[in-house]
Amino acid sequence: MDASDRASLPALTFITCGSVDDGKSTLIGRLLHERGLILDDQASALARDSKRHGTVGEEIDYALLVDGLEAEREQGITIDVAWRYFSTPRRAFVVADTPGHEQYTRNMATGASNADFAVLLVDARKGLLTQTRRHAYIVSLLGVRHVALAVNKIDLVDFDEATYRRIVADFAAFAAPLGFASVTPVPISARFGDNVAARSARLAWHDGPTLLEVLEAADASPAPDGVAFRLPVQWVNRPHLDFRGYCGTVAAGDVAVGDEVAVAASGKTSRVASILVADREAKRATAGDAVTLTLADEIDVARGDVLADPKDRPQVADQFAAHLIWMDERPLLPGRAYWLKCGARALPATVTDLKHRVDVNTLDRHAAKTLALNEIGVVNVSTAQPLAFDAYARNRATGAFVLIDRETDATAAAGLIDFPLRRATNVHRQALAVTREARAAAKRQKPAVLWFTGLSGAGKSTIANLVETKLSARGAHTILLDGDNVRHGLNRDLGFTDADRVENVRRVAEVSRLMTDAGLIVLCSFISPFRAERALARETAAPGEFVEIHVEAPLDVVIGRDPKGLYRKALKGEIKNFTGIDQPYEPPADPELALDTTAADAEALADRVIALLEERGHIERL
Amino acid sequence: MASLPAHLARLEAESIYIIREVVAELDKPVLLYSIGKDSAVLLHLALKAFAPGKLPFPLLHVDTTWKFKEMIVFRDATAARLGLDLKVHVNQDGVARGVSPFASGSALHTQVMKTEALRQAMELGRYDAAFGGARRDEEKSRAKERIVSHRTASHGWEPRHQRPELWRLFNMRLKPGESFRVFPLSNWTELDVWDYVRAEAIPVVPLYFAKERPVVRRGGTWIMVDDERMPLEPGERPEMRRVRFRTLGCYPLTGAIESDAATVDEVIAEMRASRTSEREGRLIDHDERGSMEKKKREGYF
Repeated sequence: MDASDRASLPALTFITCGSVDDGKSTLIGRLLHERGLILDDQASALARDSKRHGTVGEEIDYALLVDGLEAEREQGITIDVAWRYFSTPRRAFVVADTPGHEQYTRNMATGASNADFAVLLVDARKGLLTQTRRHAYIVSLLGVRHVALAVNKIDLVDFDEATYRRIVADFAAFAAPLGFASVTPVPISARFGDNVAARSARLAWHDGPTLLEVLEAADASPAPDGVAFRLPVQWVNRPHLDFRGYCGTVAAGDVAVGDEVAVAASGKTSRVASILVADREAKRATAGDAVTLTLADEIDVARGDVLADPKDRPQVADQFAAHLIWMDERPLLPGRAYWLKCGARALPATVTDLKHRVDVNTLDRHAAKTLALNEIGVVNVSTAQPLAFDAYARNRATGAFVLIDRETDATAAAGLIDFPLRRATNVHRQALAVTREARAAAKRQKPAVLWFTGLSGAGKSTIANLVETKLSARGAHTILLDGDNVRHGLNRDLGFTDADRVENVRRVAEVSRLMTDAGLIVLCSFISPFRAERALARETAAPGEFVEIHVEAPLDVVIGRDPKGLYRKALKGEIKNFTGIDQPYEPPADPELALDTTAADAEALADRVIALLEERGHIERL
Repeated sequence: MASLPAHLARLEAESIYIIREVVAELDKPVLLYSIGKDSAVLLHLALKAFAPGKLPFPLLHVDTTWKFKEMIVFRDATAARLGLDLKVHVNQDGVARGVSPFASGSALHTQVMKTEALRQAMELGRYDAAFGGARRDEEKSRAKERIVSHRTASHGWEPRHQRPELWRLFNMRLKPGESFRVFPLSNWTELDVWDYVRAEAIPVVPLYFAKERPVVRRGGTWIMVDDERMPLEPGERPEMRRVRFRTLGCYPLTGAIESDAATVDEVIAEMRASRTSEREGRLIDHDERGSMEKKKREGYF
């Protein structure tokens, strides 16, 4: 491993995948061993671990080299991605060893997202398995274009060429629709080292390369129809008044001093005045370089903007079609707002339409209402503002995104953008002659959305009714949207599953927005059990117009009240998905107003709402 | 200056991207500066990431009071030379209790003077992210760790609940009290670090280079007698040996190797021929099996 030799090529990042017990970790251990990279102190630790946890009798169990977590060694399986490093005189390698078990598919996708190349292992005795197919599909979905098909444990089929040929043919038939640019088959025995780094007399019939030779020669170049220059701006560097540099890593193409560049979202253009690659002055920079650009003109550029070649610009849209790989225990809820991170841009987004789920074993499409952990689906996504992006197939760095659960902060999904949806761009907003301010002024009030949330039976509707009566008496213009009433009309197609509750709230939030545009004070009385949807309703409202009112009553109190007899039914199991019984209620963390219904009567609580509206200037003081 | 080899240029770019991303997304990052070669490279990369501006975050050294004297001299000289905002934190409670590697054993010393001290310093400074120079090739549980690694409000690492790290899209959302440990050198190897030190002429502590030093033989390794606090056993006498260190930490817990490598080139040549890993000289890693994972769950870096 001489630095001067291996330096000529960037490292190859590859992933090993395949079914459980196909020998992925053993193969990596073998590669490290063959390169002399298992050092003396590590070898003695390995010998110790092999005796304790090993699965191959008295021999050294190489898998234990990479299964670094205690839980992994105890269970004898790989749980998380392990990253290992080795080099040959020709090239340096980064290898992601990924779990085979189905419940860790998300970790496998994580490994593949940064890989240029994949080694797909197949047990020669078993041939292609469900997991082999799933992994091949995920690897292709994530844009790995070149794979090696390593037919392992060839020693256990007596180095039989016919077995090998049959597996290679099976894979070729299965993988044809996946569109790999190349598939290189190699027969190996990871355990004994045959054809891993050195040719084997026992595989004399194999006239192709060893696995290591395949890796050394692997093609890691980007897709041939990739996009032109892209720089997602990470950070604006302003050390003093005379310097304004745009920092980021070039995501595609290259750029030179004097080139014209465009800000994708605004369309403004300028010329590159100077380039720093890291801290070195440079005339040009290329994909992968961490740069700081200065521009000839003062144009508005901030974190999250994308600088691009004006002749080949990214798409800019607020709706697009994408593949999603679901990674969270909490399932996808279409209509719920998630954080979407794409490049250096983060913004709220919702999945508006789940078109179908892909059966990763057969590639068949199935209708679906949600995506659970490890499931893959094709969706439409809508973002709160327009986003600059490319199709993932043309450029990974500007076509990939993640969805983050706003409640738990978990990374909920990996997304791959397919294409923009034109609907939003062709339906332009109509400028209206009478503004919302004018409509409100005519009514001598400031519009508001009073959002009453709480358990069924807490007193939301009672208080909301009293508030509306009082407002009406004062000449205010109001409308009351009640959960039960809305479900008889606008939302009568919706039930009470999590997904339907989300959509219920989304529609009410949109209607409320329209009514505040008309100048009204809107009273909404909805259980609305989830914080995420109430946050969405808040964002849908105009700034300063959303007033969240938590109508509080302990569960045992509302069960005692039970005005509609619903709790009795729910407790008997006659009603499913009932908030507080078999579906959670997430109380507001920081509402504008909390009304404790056990401490005061409805009349007094309604007066507190009126007082708050006066204080905030929605209505005039009497 | 000659341009970097492609392999190192790519690693450099990746690290700079990570450092910038943290500064852009989080409120109060800090660079955990442990004075060794990895910290030296990390600091060098951070300075590059914000050139021609200044480093937009402070450095934090968690001082166990048992570091080599030469490390402290180097630390202060580096901060002065580069005009850095260096904060030093010592667990005064541990000092008051007389915790030391000799009196308390390496496990308790590390727990109190490193792990607890780091937690104190993070809370005192209200830092929401700490950069560290750890690399995945150092140790098996490190190989499983994320680049941007989440810590609970009690600073614990939960290896089974790590956020998937797709592409280079880091999820840096935090709840109050939670924080991140960020490892921009995750994908570097020990050899990459030395190749980069050579290519960029980065100053490192002279303890990495062979010199005659006073040592005693303990636990199969050479321990340097760095000051008078080191209790000698009956009949034990320091002898002068030509030694150097592959990693640096608390002097009583850091084994030296006999070596003639006195320059970066010689260190690299020696490392290529070596048959042991760099952490072999780290006595704290051998306390118990899986000990790094255990320490990290408790809040060790």
